Amino acid sequence: MFISSQSSAPSFRDFTLVMPAVAVGNVGQLAVDLIVSTLNMSRVGHIHTDCLIPMAGNDPYASSKEDGEELHTPAEVYAAAELKLAVLQIRAPILQSKTKRFRQLLVSWIKSSGFSRTVVLSSSHAYQRDDQQLQGTPLRYLVTPSLLKGSADALKEMGWREMERVPAFPGLTDGNTEPRLCIPGGGITKGLYTDSCKEDLPLAVLLVFCSEGDNIPDAFALANHLNDWLHLLDDNSKQPNKWKIPTSWSLLFGNGIPPALF
Amino acid sequence: MATFFGEVLSVYSRAVEEDDDELDENEEDEQIRRELEEKREVHLHWSPEVSESLKSGNKLQCSNFVLAVGQNASSFLSVHILSTANWDTIGRASAWNERSRAVTGQSCEESACVFYRHKDNPTVLICQVSCYVAEDQLFQWTEKVFDCLQHRELNVTVLSDTSVADYKTADYLGGSSAPFLRSLHTSAFGDQPVCQSLEQPNIVTGLPAAVLNHCQVHRISAVVYQCYSDVIGPDSVTMETYKPVLTKLGRSIQSNTMRVISRYVIW
Repeated sequence: MFISSQSSAPSFRDFTLVMPAVAVGNVGQLAVDLIVSTLNMSRVGHIHTDCLIPMAGNDPYASSKEDGEELHTPAEVYAAAELKLAVLQIRAPILQSKTKRFRQLLVSWIKSSGFSRTVVLSSSHAYQRDDQQLQGTPLRYLVTPSLLKGSADALKEMGWREMERVPAFPGLTDGNTEPRLCIPGGGITKGLYTDSCKEDLPLAVLLVFCSEGDNIPDAFALANHLNDWLHLLDDNSKQPNKWKIPTSWSLLFGNGIPPALF
Repeated sequence: MATFFGEVLSVYSRAVEEDDDELDENEEDEQIRRELEEKREVHLHWSPEVSESLKSGNKLQCSNFVLAVGQNASSFLSVHILSTANWDTIGRASAWNERSRAVTGQSCEESACVFYRHKDNPTVLICQVSCYVAEDQLFQWTEKVFDCLQHRELNVTVLSDTSVADYKTADYLGGSSAPFLRSLHTSAFGDQPVCQSLEQPNIVTGLPAAVLNHCQVHRISAVVYQCYSDVIGPDSVTMETYKPVLTKLGRSIQSNTMRVISRYVIW
């Protein structure tokens, strides 16, 4: 559940919530890192739950060593009141047996906090695209009916591509094969989306097709895509380096090479 | 994915796959799952006196809680602190998981997670954990143990073994630098750690992380001293790396070394 890290509980009424799904390439989480780091958001609380694997570390967004000694937990909420933006960062995998409960926890927290809309940043296995999905942009979106009411025009204007429904058994021309939503490698994304539809929550999913590897470019793509809609950054110059990379992104692929190797 | 040799391999991904929990579980599956969950529950077994006290609603008075996770951390406490024989065994924790060895008769967990209390200063507690606590048991272990302790003025110190292979640094570590200590503490920790703080992008996982998470959200003063070693098993050099921590553990904990090597001043 949400525990405030300040003296009083913050208010999230009418805020936009951006959160990642732990998914292939960790793209959603990387994109969220970019948002928190660039906007210099301050932490306002923790989601303290038994659904995540515990981990702890110093401040991943610290710019200098002096202010880097602040403990951070697997799920934390950051806020930028002037932008009416709240961001949930999830840093650890969700325990396999607890995914449903974690989704319920999130949905009930979103409801009780009064967010005006929620955006889930996610990703899906690129190798499971069908022929149609292989062409064009790898970015997709989904909106719940509740959010569609307010945002239909904006989405149409941006020309975004909605996530396709795929037949349950490709190749079979059986009458019962109604196309259904499938987000392979997306973790709790699909479950969260369907739960939100049921609970009539205004929620959008932004996802990118990718593979495991160096997912930093995918994270930038997703963050820029989100920014096209929410205009989080003032900078409209379309420069690729407007996002600030956090210090925790160093050594993503291991240590320096030992000289004795050669 | 297909490899260059033409075989098709199932791809491993860090992402949690979608679970098909839309399929209704039948009763038998649900029962099996429930039984497995119950078997994996963490149980605390306190001495009769402590059990009585807890049952009547009185939590354990605790000013210092020292937790050792791993063989070298536990051995360090055994040699330098518990050997003075001023300690009562007041309880143990058991957590069955896939790495617990099936032993007939006395279960191996009985000696794997033990709580000690100082005879002269009963607000000082020590716990040695040398068994494996699974990922799904970490939170439960922490909640159950801390539920028994009163939180006011509580100071928590955790000693934890880990491999230097998990340490990320831009400069290559020559073999001579391990073993070494790094610290991580909660916001409520007011003291100075005895060693350098854990640099980015390193993190702490396992029981020390679960304890830190709990202490951070409940505003308890806690510090983890992580010892990075290139030796996997018990090793005296690794053990001795924890020595600087003795200076912080408080006057109430008399160290055995004090009598032998008087240069260590305990505060």
